[in-house]
Amino acid sequence: MKWPRLASAARRQPLGAIGATVMLIMALGALLAPVISPFDPTAGAPDALYEAPGPIYWLGTDAFGRDILSRLLYGGRVSLLVGLGASIAGVSIGAACGIVAGYAGGIIDSISERIMDALLAFPMLLLALALATALGPSLSNVIVALAMPIVPRAARIARASTLVLKTTAFIEAARATGCSDLRIILRHILPNAFAPLLVIATAYLGLAIVQEAALDYLGAGIQEPQPSWGLMMSGSATSLALVAPWIVIFPGIAICLAVLASNLLGDAIRDLLDPKLKSNFV
Amino acid sequence: MIVYIAQRLLAGLGTLLGVSIIVFILVRALPGDAAVMMTGAGGGVVSEQELQQVRAKLGLDQPWVIQFADWSERIAVLDLGTSLRTGNAVSADIERRLPYTMEIVVLSMVIAIGLGIPSGVFSAWFAGGAVDRVLQTVSMIGLAAPSFWIGLLLILGLVVLFGWSAPLFWEPFWVSPLKSLSQLIWPSLSVGLRQTALISRMTRAIMLEVLDEDYIRTARAKGVPEFGVVFRHGLKNGMLPVVTLIGFEIAALFGGLIITETIFSVPGLGQYVVSSILNRDYPAIQGVVLLLAGIVVVGNLSVDLLYGVLDPRTRRGRAVA
Repeated sequence: MKWPRLASAARRQPLGAIGATVMLIMALGALLAPVISPFDPTAGAPDALYEAPGPIYWLGTDAFGRDILSRLLYGGRVSLLVGLGASIAGVSIGAACGIVAGYAGGIIDSISERIMDALLAFPMLLLALALATALGPSLSNVIVALAMPIVPRAARIARASTLVLKTTAFIEAARATGCSDLRIILRHILPNAFAPLLVIATAYLGLAIVQEAALDYLGAGIQEPQPSWGLMMSGSATSLALVAPWIVIFPGIAICLAVLASNLLGDAIRDLLDPKLKSNFV
Repeated sequence: MIVYIAQRLLAGLGTLLGVSIIVFILVRALPGDAAVMMTGAGGGVVSEQELQQVRAKLGLDQPWVIQFADWSERIAVLDLGTSLRTGNAVSADIERRLPYTMEIVVLSMVIAIGLGIPSGVFSAWFAGGAVDRVLQTVSMIGLAAPSFWIGLLLILGLVVLFGWSAPLFWEPFWVSPLKSLSQLIWPSLSVGLRQTALISRMTRAIMLEVLDEDYIRTARAKGVPEFGVVFRHGLKNGMLPVVTLIGFEIAALFGGLIITETIFSVPGLGQYVVSSILNRDYPAIQGVVLLLAGIVVVGNLSVDLLYGVLDPRTRRGRAVA
C-alpha cells in the first residue's frame, strides 16, 4: 500500500489507525527491549523485593526484585511473536485445508469436514493446553499448540468462500482456458478469498495473545525465569493483593492494550476490505 | 424436518467419534508414563519388571488399536475408568465437580444475557449518542481483557476491600443455595463480563439492521409507541442470531472455565482437567475432555435444531453444522 493510500485509510478508520500505532509502539518496545530496558529482566535485586512503582522502578518490582517494566518489554517479545506466529500459521494451514477441501469436494471434503468438526468441538484453550503439554514447553511448541485450534476455524471460512467462488463465471472461464487446478486455486480463488482470512488472522492475533498468557499462567507455556506476560501474573493473587498488586495489574494492562489494538486494527481492515462482512466472531 | 434432525444427529455422532479418536491420540502423545507416575518411580527404586506389571494391569502394553477398542467399549456403557491420581472412578469425580461448573455457567450466562441484551438494544436504539459511545467503549475493552485477568483483579479488589479469601469449602448449590451463589458469583462475573460484551455488541449490530426494516417503519407509522417498536417488533425479530451466539457461547464457556476455576480454586471440571493434564492422569483427561467436547457437540446440535424450529427457512440447505 502506498503512503497516500495508507493516510487516507487512516483518515477513514481513525480507530484502526490508533490500533496500528499502539501495535507498532509495542512491537518497537519488544524489539528494542535490550536497548531501552532500564534493568536486566531476569536478574533480581535482593534489596528491592516487592518495590512499589516509583522513580527508580517505574512499574515496581516482583517477588525476586526484578523490574516489572523491563520484564514487560521482554515479555512483549514472547507475546507478540507467539500471537503473530500462531495466527499466521493457524490461518494459513486452515486456509489451505479449507480451500482444497472446498475445491475438491466429494469424499475429500467430507473427511476434512468431519476432522474439522471434531477439532472444533474442543474448547480452544483446552486443546492448546493439551497440545502444549504433549509437546513440551518451548516457544515454537507453544506457537504450534495455539495455532491448532485456529486451523478448523480458518478452514471453515476458507471453505465457505471457495464453495461460492467455485460456481462463479470467472472460475469457469479459467477452467475453460485450460488453467490447472493448482493455478486456479492460487491465482483465482486465494486472492478472492483473502479478505475474510486476513480479518480472522487479526482477530485471532488478539485471541492467541490472551491464550498464550493463559498457558503461561497455568505453567504449560514459557517457563521461568524467562519473562512473559502470562507468567508474570501467576502466583497467588490473594496473597499479592495487599503486598504488591502491581505485579498482577501491569501485565494484564499490557495484554489488554495488545488485544484492543489488534481488535481495532482487525475491525478497520474488515471495513476497508469489505464493508459487507460482519463482525460476528471473536 | 425428521430427515433434517436425523442428518444432524448422524453428523453429531460422527463428530463425537472423531473427537474420541483425537482425545485418545492426544492423551497417548503426552510425555511421561502413567505406569511410572502410578508407582511413584523416578528415583529408580521400581524395577522394570514391576513397571511392566502395572502396564499390563492398565492395558498399556496392548497395541493402540486394541486399547482404543477397549476404551470406546467402556465409554459406551459410561465407564470412564479410574483416576490414577485420586483413585476414584472418573465418573464419580466428574459427578462431584460438575454441579459447581454448571452453576458458574448458568450464573455467568444469566449475567451476560441480563446485561448484554438490554445494553445492546439501548445502544442500537440511541445509536451514535452518548450512551451508545460509552457502552461501545466499555464492551470493546471488555472483549480485550482476558477473563482470567478480570478474575485476578476481582480477587485483588475483594481482598483489599473485604479481606476476602478463597473459601476452604465450596458449598454445593442444593445444600445451601444462597451461600453457594454468593461464593460462585465472583468467578461467574469474571467469565460473564466477556460474554456480556460479546452479546451486547452482537445485539447492537443486529438491532441496527432490524430497526431499518420496512415493518419497523410500518409499526411506527401505525402509531406503536417507540418502546414497543424496539422491543416487540425489533428485538423479537432480531433474536435469532443472538440465540445462536448464546448457544455457541455456552459451549465455549466450558473451555473458558478451565483457567477461571483454577484462579478461584473452585473444585469444578475446569480445575480437574488442568490438574489431570499436568499430572498425566490419562483416564481422567480422556473422560473430562470427552465430556466437554461432547457438551460442545450436543450444544451446537441443539442450536442447529432450535434454529430449524425458530426459522423454518433454514431447515433445508444448512450443510455446515
